Amino acid sequence: MKKWIDIIAKRIFTVSGFVTSIVIVLIIAFLFAEAVGLFSQPVIEEGYVLALNKQNDVKDLSALEIKDIFDEEITNWKEVGGKEMPIDVFRLEDLDKLYTEAELGDEYQYAGAKIAEQIHSRPGIVAFVPASLIEGQKDINYIDDNTIPVKDVLLGAEWFPTATPSPIFGILPLISGTLWVSFFAILFALPFGLAVSIFLAEVANPRVSKILKPIIELLNGIPSVVYGFFGLAVIVPMLQRTFNLPVGESGLAGSIVLAIMALPTIITVAEDAMRNCPRAMREASLALGATQWQTIYKVVIPYSISGITSGVVLGIGRAIGETMAVLMVTGNAAVMPSSILEPLRTIPATIAAELGEAPAGGAHYQSLFLLGVILFFITLFINSCVEVVSARNRLKR
Amino acid sequence: MNKQIISLVALLLCMPCALHAQRIKGSDTVLPLTQTLSEIYMNNHPEATITVTGGGSGVGISALLDGTTDIAMASRRIKFSEKMKLKQSKHEPCEVIVAYDALAVIVNPGNPVKQLTREQLEAIFRGKITNWKEVGGEDAKIIVYSRETSSGTYEFFKESVLHNKNYMSGVLSMPATGAIIQSVSQTRGAIGYVGLAYLNPMIKALAVSYDGGKNYVFPTVESAVKKEYPVVRPLYYYYDKANETAVMPFIRYIESKDGQAETLKLGFIPR
Repeated sequence: MKKWIDIIAKRIFTVSGFVTSIVIVLIIAFLFAEAVGLFSQPVIEEGYVLALNKQNDVKDLSALEIKDIFDEEITNWKEVGGKEMPIDVFRLEDLDKLYTEAELGDEYQYAGAKIAEQIHSRPGIVAFVPASLIEGQKDINYIDDNTIPVKDVLLGAEWFPTATPSPIFGILPLISGTLWVSFFAILFALPFGLAVSIFLAEVANPRVSKILKPIIELLNGIPSVVYGFFGLAVIVPMLQRTFNLPVGESGLAGSIVLAIMALPTIITVAEDAMRNCPRAMREASLALGATQWQTIYKVVIPYSISGITSGVVLGIGRAIGETMAVLMVTGNAAVMPSSILEPLRTIPATIAAELGEAPAGGAHYQSLFLLGVILFFITLFINSCVEVVSARNRLKR
Repeated sequence: MNKQIISLVALLLCMPCALHAQRIKGSDTVLPLTQTLSEIYMNNHPEATITVTGGGSGVGISALLDGTTDIAMASRRIKFSEKMKLKQSKHEPCEVIVAYDALAVIVNPGNPVKQLTREQLEAIFRGKITNWKEVGGEDAKIIVYSRETSSGTYEFFKESVLHNKNYMSGVLSMPATGAIIQSVSQTRGAIGYVGLAYLNPMIKALAVSYDGGKNYVFPTVESAVKKEYPVVRPLYYYYDKANETAVMPFIRYIESKDGQAETLKLGFIPR
């Protein structure tokens, strides 16, 4: 009987272990499959074309050039390698203004012919229209539609995921925003976290630490949106007054909120690690005449360094992946951060804010998955760094 | 005996249609309107059940495509690509305008600027004008707040005020209308936009001119109803033509006098 229970238990553990690992691998595979799909999406919105007059021989336009043309920043074909001719922008909505409903037909069956008419009569035109409408119309030049280049995404400095006709997915401002905020958050959280954990583990008398520790752990249970609201209502106006900033929503506000959120993790894990330092080692050090402070930094900290680093890493992980609080206090401006006192936009905030309305399977949707993959790699990198650090410490010992 | 069972089964099968169970999904802007109206409708028609959920305009339309909703609410017009997809999967989308919503441009109450033209607004939101003194205010940097790109309000403001051009990249995007109001109320140089129903004393609305500065109109429900205020957008319902008989009673209620009076009470502009 006992043997059977053993076997069944063993089976259950094996199966659940396998299933969980496979599910995790499948999730990662799904993430990657969606993300890679971005690079096979066309630059111009799917189902649409950019049509030109047949005298115009411009063939290639980058996403950035297309955006500038439709924003009327570029106003002459000469600037994008064409003839000296002003650019004449045409959108599908302009059709209603030029023709009556009757002329277009009640099912828009004549719309294609009318668009072609416009394209033929206006030499500098660039028309952003659905491909299906002007199919079969003659004497029209098209801009070549390439797939989204990897370089433009990874090195692009502009994030306009809903720009028409060609969305721009430059992820550099988002990555730098994430790293910038997390870096400062750790800069604030690390000294405080270590100080508090040393205080709790070594200095404070047991009664004080018995009261303090549950309070600090309680901080972990506060929902992040509450931290975000606290940040928006308290920290943002405070920073605005202190630094006399035109705008309080900034990277600094984000990193302060994140630091507060990462503190309980760092403190709890680091304190537990220090408490695990054997009594014998501590007493040996004190017996050799070392002071309490010397014991702490020569014996206790080196002994528990791997626990402390894992606490720090968990803290960093929380900071990098944190969504809601950051979304509320950093201002979410997708610009390259030049100082911590300016608004910036992080990867998790971008995914949370935009995924809800990105059409499933579209380029925008896939670009958000790509951001997820990048976030995955950032945390993977940090975790491996810790593995290396703690492995080296083990060798030293 | 057998006959009885058959009729019972037939009755059970008919139950869902007899109940007029309807699902409505989509834009968060239209959500409060639909919720209140559907509650009143259900009180008057005890046999009807209507479930209303939000999620955003795009979510509602893709739910219509999957057949998981009967009516999709949208604060923007259906996109051409979405229409094509619906037609490809043999749905015939029908459009109803249920109400209008006015957008107000807001600034901090401490800001002396009272009115702006559409051209000035476009320049401000595109980053061409960056200081308040260029539009008659004090010498302070303009902080531009906008909604997230997923919002129908963002799209509408872009279409109406920016004439489809893009916002500048340094614009601060906030996840919700409440966050915009909070930020504008505590930032002196701020400018943003919110639905008319959200106006409150913490912020100041600006009069807007769409004719180059000849007539400035202050956003109020009255001026929007009279069609004087220009930044007004229609709110839509979309449904499948095949489903028309099931959804029409509720839509007819919204279009009725009672429904329109309720609409006005909720701070929306009746059609």
